[in-house]
Amino acid sequence: MTVAPERAAERHHILTVLVENKAGVLARVAGLFSRRGFNIFSLAVAPTDDDRFSRITIVVDVASAPLEQIVRQLDKLVNVVAITELAPTDAVQRELLLATVEAEPAARSQVIQLVGVFGGEVLDVGPTRLTVMLAGPPETLDSFEGLLATYAVVEIQRTGLVALPRLDPHPPGARPRREPAHLRRLPTPPAS
Amino acid sequence: MTQMQLTGAQALIKSLEMQGVEVMFGLPGGAILPVYDPILGSSIRHVLVRHEQGAGHMAEGYAMVTGRAGVAMVTSGPGATNIVTPLSNAYMDSTPLVVVTGQVSTAAIGTDAFQECDITGVTMGITKHNWLVTSADDIPRVVAAAFHVATTGRPGPVLIDVPKDVSTATMQWYWPDLDDLDLPGYHPVTAPEAEDVAAAMAMLAAAERPVLYVGGGVLKARGADALRAFAERTGIPVVTTLMARGAFPDSHPQCLGMPGMHGNYTAVTAMQRADLLVALGARFDDRVTGKVDAFAPEAKVVHVDIDPAELHKVRRADVAIAGDCRVVLEALLSATDAERFGGGTDRLAPWWARIRAWQERFPLHYEPADGPPIKPQMVVEELRDRAEPGTIVVAGVGQHQMWASQYWRFEHPYTWVNSGGAGTMGFAVPAAIGAKVGRPDRTVWAVDGDGCFQMTAQELVTAAAERIPVKVAILNNAYLGMVRQWQEMFYGERYSEVYLSPDLPDYVKWAEAMGCVGLRAETPDEVGPAIEKANAVDDRPVVVDFRTDAFEKVYPMVPAGASNDAIVVHPAHEGLSR
Repeated sequence: MTVAPERAAERHHILTVLVENKAGVLARVAGLFSRRGFNIFSLAVAPTDDDRFSRITIVVDVASAPLEQIVRQLDKLVNVVAITELAPTDAVQRELLLATVEAEPAARSQVIQLVGVFGGEVLDVGPTRLTVMLAGPPETLDSFEGLLATYAVVEIQRTGLVALPRLDPHPPGARPRREPAHLRRLPTPPAS
Repeated sequence: MTQMQLTGAQALIKSLEMQGVEVMFGLPGGAILPVYDPILGSSIRHVLVRHEQGAGHMAEGYAMVTGRAGVAMVTSGPGATNIVTPLSNAYMDSTPLVVVTGQVSTAAIGTDAFQECDITGVTMGITKHNWLVTSADDIPRVVAAAFHVATTGRPGPVLIDVPKDVSTATMQWYWPDLDDLDLPGYHPVTAPEAEDVAAAMAMLAAAERPVLYVGGGVLKARGADALRAFAERTGIPVVTTLMARGAFPDSHPQCLGMPGMHGNYTAVTAMQRADLLVALGARFDDRVTGKVDAFAPEAKVVHVDIDPAELHKVRRADVAIAGDCRVVLEALLSATDAERFGGGTDRLAPWWARIRAWQERFPLHYEPADGPPIKPQMVVEELRDRAEPGTIVVAGVGQHQMWASQYWRFEHPYTWVNSGGAGTMGFAVPAAIGAKVGRPDRTVWAVDGDGCFQMTAQELVTAAAERIPVKVAILNNAYLGMVRQWQEMFYGERYSEVYLSPDLPDYVKWAEAMGCVGLRAETPDEVGPAIEKANAVDDRPVVVDFRTDAFEKVYPMVPAGASNDAIVVHPAHEGLSR
């Protein structure tokens, strides 16, 4: 199913979920989504600087269920330590794309140029193919992917996005600090 | 207690003792064998069941009448999968259970070993949490965490899976503090925010047609006294859902009884016409709401639940309060000033006048019969009228369950045990046994159907062997009665696979073969004497086979998916103005 980009941005919310780094935790999170009928758009899992915890970044489709219901059900999982909601406009987001494209010598420079325009990198070169990489906001990756389709794409992989809240550009004390409404109160993770 | 070396199995039993467990229900097998050895020297009573499903339901019955966690222990593989139904049942009804399963040795996990089953995977979605223990050192901490999770917040079942080599390994005994349980993500809420309480009270003061919609959460919170005080102070009518029967006395003038698909007309209609619903530990289940869009269309909603995920899940609340029902009710009560809430029911006189008119016009009704077959409702009434105060009633699932809920008069909390959310046929016999173990001082009557009885009757062997004198009334209509009712009403009387026969099996002989007293009543005259005989037995289980009318249907009824306004009343009430 394809969704118009502006519609997709409304429907997609980012949850960063701090979980205990224990066996089966990803299955618990994924199982919750499937049994409650919540849709996951993308999912990225990685360890944190504290080896007791991992972070799962989930882009959820709020058309499938109210965000609040998804968050509250997630919060009931005993291994879920903290959940932060990020509206796409209030987060810095990055995703990584790897693609192998057919690039005969004649087309090769065009592909390399395209990668350069987007600020990507060529990672691997074969006689008739190139493997390229681009990191960026998901919409930039969408545009890049669209343009790459002009060439024969052999294989493409995206990681799903990771995100952090945007920082307050004002120095502390310059104005009263107001917690953005979209930021859920974050339970304090246990001291390490 | 320092420097004590124990095996994992010994540590497990000792941990259960430390938790104050007095009884557990179970059945041994290969992978759990090491844990059964230290039971021989333990203070914990073990009730040996005949099927693991029985162990789970017994633990549920025990938990529902005592408020403590029920404990069951079974082996790996089929032992574990046989207890999946009770786990699912307990999850739906928020019953605290701790189930211990044996598992194949850690080295064999994942190899499809004999009696291996990934039971933590299977039960992930039907437990509040589960643990696969991988080291004997973890056992005391996991057991303590399991009881903590099962019994706090919204209660529920948990499972501890113990591989055989973990049971046989040795460990240094310790007992953890609450702070050492390693549950960084578990913080159940209990206390409400003051501003939410104030908002709820403002809504209550403004309401002209309020209803207290009381669910099982009030019982879990042990909030019956607080509920009664609050209801009497404010004069608001009370409905008690299937899970809340007994939370408010049926004889109380403010009690409207059970709402929902087979609720009485007044309880259903009062909610439909209400301008404010105060939901207390209730979850807007589809059996209560009927068609959600048409449920209580004019009502604002104050929703109190200890589980924040229940708030706004089905119905958007105007005031949502996450908290323990007893704590919230006490906070609400202390905010009821005489100026706004004085006068009790007089304050709401016009509303009560409408309610009294409904009660008068549409009471629960059935046509009594002089001769056979016996009316099933009459059996429940006779049981009720001959019961000692405080008798615990346990039901399976189906018509008999609805009649038991409708026609019994519940006066005390924790006197009603049934399978609500999951609708588990076969629940009654084992749950009654567990209830009797938990409250040996009380009479326990299971009101069961013939279909249900045949699913788990073998546990009466357990009851006879263990001298657990429960009483079972089978409302034997020779049918899967509720399915038959739906086929009659909604499938053009095309009866498909619902006939069971009244005398195959012969329930009296079967009861006797299981070491119980077996009795039978075939005519209305025989009902009272049979009950008297059953009530006089106190040294073994009793089964009474009541031959009841197969044509009798449960009324009122809201057809599935229909608005509660489309409630179908007893034919004798049809045509009365609503």
